[in-house]
Amino acid sequence: MVEMPQIAPIGTEGYLVRFADRLDDAANKALQGYAEALEAEAVEGVVEISTALASVFVRFDVLRITRADLVAKLQTLLSSRDWKTETNKAKPRLWRVPTLYGGAAGPQLGEVAKLVGVSEEAAVRELSEVRVRVLAIGFAPGQPYLGMLPERWDVPRQTELSPRVPQGALVLAVRQLNLFANETPTGWRHIATTHMKLFRPKEPQPFALRPGDEVLFPAVSEHDWAMLETEPMGGAKLEEASDA
Amino acid sequence: MPELTLHQIGPNASLQDLGREGYLRFGLSRGGAMDRVAILEAAALLGQRLDLTAIELPSASVKLGVSVAQRVALTGAPMLADADGRALQWGASHKLEAGEVLSLRPTGRGLYGYIAFGGGIETDLTLGHRSAHFTGGLGRALQAGDVLLLGDDTKAGEPPRRLKPDARFDGGRLRFVTGPQTGLYSADMLAAFEATRFTKSGHANRQAAKLEHEGAPFAAEGQLGIVSEVIVPGDIQMTGEGEPFVLLAEHQTMGGYPRIGAVIPQDMPRIAQASAGAELWFERISLEEADALYLPEKELLRRIRDASEPLVRDPREMSDLLSYQLISGMITGQED
Repeated sequence: MVEMPQIAPIGTEGYLVRFADRLDDAANKALQGYAEALEAEAVEGVVEISTALASVFVRFDVLRITRADLVAKLQTLLSSRDWKTETNKAKPRLWRVPTLYGGAAGPQLGEVAKLVGVSEEAAVRELSEVRVRVLAIGFAPGQPYLGMLPERWDVPRQTELSPRVPQGALVLAVRQLNLFANETPTGWRHIATTHMKLFRPKEPQPFALRPGDEVLFPAVSEHDWAMLETEPMGGAKLEEASDA
Repeated sequence: MPELTLHQIGPNASLQDLGREGYLRFGLSRGGAMDRVAILEAAALLGQRLDLTAIELPSASVKLGVSVAQRVALTGAPMLADADGRALQWGASHKLEAGEVLSLRPTGRGLYGYIAFGGGIETDLTLGHRSAHFTGGLGRALQAGDVLLLGDDTKAGEPPRRLKPDARFDGGRLRFVTGPQTGLYSADMLAAFEATRFTKSGHANRQAAKLEHEGAPFAAEGQLGIVSEVIVPGDIQMTGEGEPFVLLAEHQTMGGYPRIGAVIPQDMPRIAQASAGAELWFERISLEEADALYLPEKELLRRIRDASEPLVRDPREMSDLLSYQLISGMITGQED
């Protein structure tokens, strides 16, 4: 077992600060706080900071900072506080994303409800109210991994891929939700659809979501959902700070 | 404004530059030219900067013309080039007259040829750049009939130049550094990996190049339990079948397959340009050695420019050779 957190070189221009060797909500929160603090330090020679599910990636310019100095800076910040108990100074942003559950918009909602052992109505009620956090963005530009759902939503991925799940699909597996930026094959189960646009390259703010944002997926009626299609963000609304 | 018309163009050709940095956290990899050196070479030949945009031609023929005379730079994988039948040397700049048809055809050596223009390509920017990023949904493949805006070539009268020839189109050695997942492989496995001769598969795109080999697959210990971590360009990823994929310009930003190490940036053009069937092998170097090789692209551009020279006519192409006065003693018959 490697002791965590761990600082290790990756490629010729980067370091990885690993907080866990598996997905863990507390470690993910900790690494997001660490990445934010590192960003705020504006270390000379650090050119990019990016977060994944369980680690922070730091890209540097070897002509502007030595490896030894960079590792020392990363380690000093790491040791400066307990990142797992550190409560973020900045309150997370909260998104409300109108969502149509079940039916053609979520053909596998029934399957998921059955695996969890609740009725479809109860599943929709609970998923409408659970606040999930952007754990990381990846796979496609702007596409979030969202979590963690309560224990009983630990539904395994399908062994067979669904060949085509549409853009805007809300899918579920292993206590996580994912919102698809593009049509794609997937082993996650398709439970609902939104009109949210995750990546708009021509806009001044091309990416809607940021790691650490919180997201709610409230159920709306088919009629209301259809009306939202032409709205710029598909009706998704951002509150700058949540009261969580 | 001057215009560029594509009369004919093969599949998956696209506008490329050095890509977009800084969007990893949003799930967008840098992208950009598969052979970054070819972009620097074009900039060196044309006296342009690092922000130059070129057309990337993946083993694809093209016929094109410009509405106002421009210099063009031909770099990357060698292609057969002519302008209205006038043969043009590869790895060089040339003047293309208005209305001439420039025709480029692959030679089978290397994969990606590039053509850049003295006035620069002036199409709209997306996230500050013009390069297409197919997996990220930015831009598109160029098509026959496309008309692109060019800038005025203010140095159109400058004499053509040529590059020193380069050997990056024939496969060969790929230097790599170990990384945070190298420990998933036993020392024996790593030694076998370095001793193996791979061939480039025909299964290659802007995202990754697959390598094939004879013998046992390269399996990691605990291969399936890895949480997705950031991917860097050059990462050597092993799929479940134990065949390596080297991740290229349009890599995904995170991945859960184990990686034995990462090819250094200096050898990325070599893996990208290797043709299907080309032989490739991996040689581990230390981070200290990799750091000693590091050269910022701005500095590399300056070196390529300094090493380039005026383009002189190749005697083999001179049909009127006998009319030249060859100075006695200059040609001994013993060269080469």
